[in-house]
Amino acid sequence: MEALFGSLFTNVDWYEIWLATLDTLLMLGGSLLFTILLGLPLGVLLFLSGPRQLFENGPLYALLSFIVNVLRSLPFIILLIVMIPFTVLLTGTSLGVAGAIPPLVVGAAPFFARLVETALREVDRGIIEATQAMGASTRQIIFSALLPEARPGIIAAITVTAITLVSYTAMAGVVGAGGLGDLAIRFGYQRFQTDVMVVTVVLLLVLVQVLQSVGDKLVTHFSRK
Amino acid sequence: MIEFHQVHKTYRVAGRDVAALQPTALQIASGEVFGLIGHSGAGKSTLLRLINRLEEPSGGRILVNGEDVTALDADDLRRFRQRVGMIFQHFNLLMSKTVADNVAMPLRLAGSYSRAEIDQRVAELLERVGLRDHAGKYPAQLSGGQKQRVGIARALATRPDILLCDEATSALDPQTTAQVLQLLAEINRELQLTIVLITHEMDVIRRVCDRVAVMDGGVIVEQGPVTEVFLHPQHPTTQRFVLEDEAVDENEQRDDFAHVPGRILRLTFQGEATYQPLLGTVARETGVDFSILSGRIDRIKDTPYGQLTLALVGGDMTAALERLDAADVHVEVLR
Repeated sequence: MEALFGSLFTNVDWYEIWLATLDTLLMLGGSLLFTILLGLPLGVLLFLSGPRQLFENGPLYALLSFIVNVLRSLPFIILLIVMIPFTVLLTGTSLGVAGAIPPLVVGAAPFFARLVETALREVDRGIIEATQAMGASTRQIIFSALLPEARPGIIAAITVTAITLVSYTAMAGVVGAGGLGDLAIRFGYQRFQTDVMVVTVVLLLVLVQVLQSVGDKLVTHFSRK
Repeated sequence: MIEFHQVHKTYRVAGRDVAALQPTALQIASGEVFGLIGHSGAGKSTLLRLINRLEEPSGGRILVNGEDVTALDADDLRRFRQRVGMIFQHFNLLMSKTVADNVAMPLRLAGSYSRAEIDQRVAELLERVGLRDHAGKYPAQLSGGQKQRVGIARALATRPDILLCDEATSALDPQTTAQVLQLLAEINRELQLTIVLITHEMDVIRRVCDRVAVMDGGVIVEQGPVTEVFLHPQHPTTQRFVLEDEAVDENEQRDDFAHVPGRILRLTFQGEATYQPLLGTVARETGVDFSILSGRIDRIKDTPYGQLTLALVGGDMTAALERLDAADVHVEVLR
């Protein structure tokens, strides 16, 4: 059995795979954290300044909307390269996990912000009105009513964003970020080592599956049905 | 006391000003249940929301207990709103919070209550609305009537002087509607709370309100004590509401009575007069015979009333009419 396993995956260096998996998880965790920290307030701001909302502000909404659209229409692979000088300024390197996180965040945060905006729009206006009628301040409306009520939607948005980030981390391999995607490109694709390709793809698939099912479970839990 | 002085509201829709409420004067006394009835778009919802400034008036002044609500700044408006409870057609409970947390919400937002005070007040309120055993449930697990009870408990949490009810029973079935109205009437009595409610059902007005205003096209077309407005409607809109409630088609009825001989009268009586043996006495004394063509004996809030359509034949008709007129009854000769 072991012999069969060994002969099937002759090119696979399992230690290398383990390190690449760790890198992918680090990139995912780090970029997801900063994407949420940046994207959540941006999404709330988009929602509040939007048409017929609490802080309706046409010019602000138009500006934020434009920035988000520009960043979202840029192909991620281009963003990776364009970002290099800024990344070096920020982290001191454009390589490895640290070098990958800034472009990942810039690529994913606008996407996440739009999803947050949509989730907030799903909150029944009547609930906002009821909270206003209780004498809540705007701050209280956001933190005591809007965000708790939109929680299932926001968790779903985090799930989708995390999975998008997994595929972005694979692309980040192109600029020397490391991780499973990098292995797949360098060994699986460029050196025709199909076994490495298969192993990395299976690991990425498992990662996506786990993220999706954990996300779904949390959404169901917080929907309070 | 809630006073409206020439309050009006216009919206800008597609570059045009649309009047939702024409300049309106209105007084609602402390401790009364005041009903606003009208079809959708009549302006009743706008009027209600002007009281706690969920809608900003375009002009005029609104005084609540002598305080000019229209002049309050943001902080004072928040403090004012804590003294005005509100319940809604679709309950507007937070789906992400338990029943107890929903009821506690106004207290937590106010920020001036200790945790122990909040727990005690929530327990007290849930007991009052009969939901003690449901404290840990989420709104999605409750029936419509239970949800509205949570809404009422939440609205009462900060011990308000005024309760605004926005079509509070329109999403409920008739039996649940009756229970919720009963609860509102009890609360009004126990807490001396002023209740302003809007509805499109005359039945809701009849069951709980002391006074009513009828709205149409952004104008109050008729107002007064419910017994008065309900039994002697003057304005066509009011008359339509009353007929809808009784489910009577007047034209059809006139055709039905075409072959009935004699004079046709409609008698309206209320209060103690409802229980007087008037018809028998009059018939005996004047020799007229009567048949009851249609009628209804019911209550308007706590006042019993009756409305009977009669046909009178034979005997001394003039004396009979005089005798009825002299009694504590309102007589309309239909034919």
